[in-house]
Amino acid sequence: MFKEKSAAAATSGAEMEVVDGAITEAAKEAMIQKERKANSAWRKFIRNKSAVIGLIIVIVMLAIGIFAPFIAPFDPNATSITETYLEPGVNGHIFGTDDLGRDLFSRIVYGARMSIVVAIGSTVLGGVIGIILGLVAGFMGGIVDSIIMRVMDGLFAFPFILLSLLLVTILGSGVFNVILAIGIGNVPRFARVVRSKVIVAKNEEFCNVERVLGASNLRLMVLHILPSTVSEVVVYATLCVGGSIIAEAGLSFLGLGILIPTPSWGNILRGGQTCLAIAPHIATISGLFIFVAVIGFNLLGDGIRDVLDPKMKK
Amino acid sequence: MAKIILRRLLQLIPTLFVVVAFTFIATRLIPGDPVAAMVGDQYDVSKVEEMRASLGLDDPIIVQFWNYLVSICQGDFGTSYYFNQPAIDMIAQRLPNTLLISVIALIIAVIFGVVFGVVSARKQNSIVDYVLTVLSLFGVSAPVFWVGIMLVLLFSVTLGWLPSYGMGSIEKDGLIGFISHLVLPCFCLAIIPMGTFTRITRSSMIETLGSDSVRAMRARGVSEASITWKHALKNALPPIITVIAIQFAGCFAGAVLTENVFAWPGMGTMITSAIDNRDYSLIQATVLVVAIAFVVINLITDLLYMVINPKVAAEAKKGANNV
Repeated sequence: MFKEKSAAAATSGAEMEVVDGAITEAAKEAMIQKERKANSAWRKFIRNKSAVIGLIIVIVMLAIGIFAPFIAPFDPNATSITETYLEPGVNGHIFGTDDLGRDLFSRIVYGARMSIVVAIGSTVLGGVIGIILGLVAGFMGGIVDSIIMRVMDGLFAFPFILLSLLLVTILGSGVFNVILAIGIGNVPRFARVVRSKVIVAKNEEFCNVERVLGASNLRLMVLHILPSTVSEVVVYATLCVGGSIIAEAGLSFLGLGILIPTPSWGNILRGGQTCLAIAPHIATISGLFIFVAVIGFNLLGDGIRDVLDPKMKK
Repeated sequence: MAKIILRRLLQLIPTLFVVVAFTFIATRLIPGDPVAAMVGDQYDVSKVEEMRASLGLDDPIIVQFWNYLVSICQGDFGTSYYFNQPAIDMIAQRLPNTLLISVIALIIAVIFGVVFGVVSARKQNSIVDYVLTVLSLFGVSAPVFWVGIMLVLLFSVTLGWLPSYGMGSIEKDGLIGFISHLVLPCFCLAIIPMGTFTRITRSSMIETLGSDSVRAMRARGVSEASITWKHALKNALPPIITVIAIQFAGCFAGAVLTENVFAWPGMGTMITSAIDNRDYSLIQATVLVVAIAFVVINLITDLLYMVINPKVAAEAKKGANNV
């Protein structure tokens, strides 16, 4: 919204000067340069306030995850019988302590690492498989397309949370299994997004030219068609990370994802629910982190979409 | 039109086949022996063998799948090993409870979402619009289970106004008791669709309010209130209506988590306890029923798209898929 307004202002300003007719070639060139700069992807992104907020949140969350050992003041698993259910700020425990006297701040910091690893891991896993399937389905068409897409439709028929729930039940708990369970759930949408772009791209003129020049199918797919799907994939992947954070938290909340003592936002929240009356800060703070992280990725995804392709807008 | 509907119905067959096959394979792969779980810790081997045979668990996997497929077509979704009851009966018991909160949540979401969206569009770029836009973003990003816990913390633990778990019965708790048990789960479940409806209504209303027909009405001196609520809203409705089906499906799925927060006796709590009990048939049946419901809802939505303006509908679908 902000960027449209200022872009429009810039254009009308330039036109007005042209109407005046009193500008030199050099000034015109400078103006074009200026506008080009103002419309570069990065500038557009910076002008989009909500996208910048999203980016900041995402960077902070990533930093917390990466530097967890340096940020956490306590060992996240160190228990203390004398310091259970401390309120935030008591005895140097910024967010207080939980039922076993473990430092909540340290657990949340390590939980950030877990949430991010699982969310990005499952997005990458689902993304890679989905992109390959979508690419092959869209490019080959015919029976291959039908088979792949019917299987995707079948997977898609399961509500996301139910599918991950089922998969994690089969695979068992643990980081890798949770990534796999959520990752498989992410596949169908990537496949659909990529397929629809590929179908458009493969009939474009540049593809015909490549074909005439003798490019192999594989070369055509990977070097020429795949790049045309990038903007959609990047946008969808960013939003998908947000969804995967919720999925991981949801599974861990149900006691099926990441199991205690390994801290994850979902299982901290689960622990917090059982002692809501005596220590409400546990559930409140851990959930707040999930919430803010998801907002961050959603804002960033929406922002990237606006920059890369305004037409993609909802 | 009839041809398109027929084609969509035919496409349904392979999708349903994949759904059934996937559910079957998935539940067979769950570690742990259901018979052992059913008989408990103290069992003698011969009894287990006998039970396995009677349940058909010793047959080749292909035979099991074929039998499964045939029985599903006959409406038999298997017997819960754990409760020793037909799975379909247990689902039939729980389904109305899940439907109850899903439908109420959807109604709340539509009413509030549409009103918020309209107000937001009318006061575009004002403080009110800004606040509502941020709130709707919060709505679509919020983890429902956390929102549920926060609602419990505020209304049950701190204020003590509402019960935090379970379902009231009209005979025992009276109408007020029954409704008070409904309030928190329904509002919790309504949060995400409310955010979605607000966003869709807002963008759709902004579009219609800027159209020539609205300008013509203004020129004719029709009051702003009448333009907004009678004319513009009517034109802004199609994308909202088409998203209702998707959101309903979303509510149904979101109930898995919400029901667990509030210990609501619906499909969601049934499936988590079935997972705990390694109750194959019940997991299989529940997942299958929900997935089939999803497929049917999607079909209805697709057909609705064709009836209502296809262009608007396509855009609306894109928006809803992001949730």
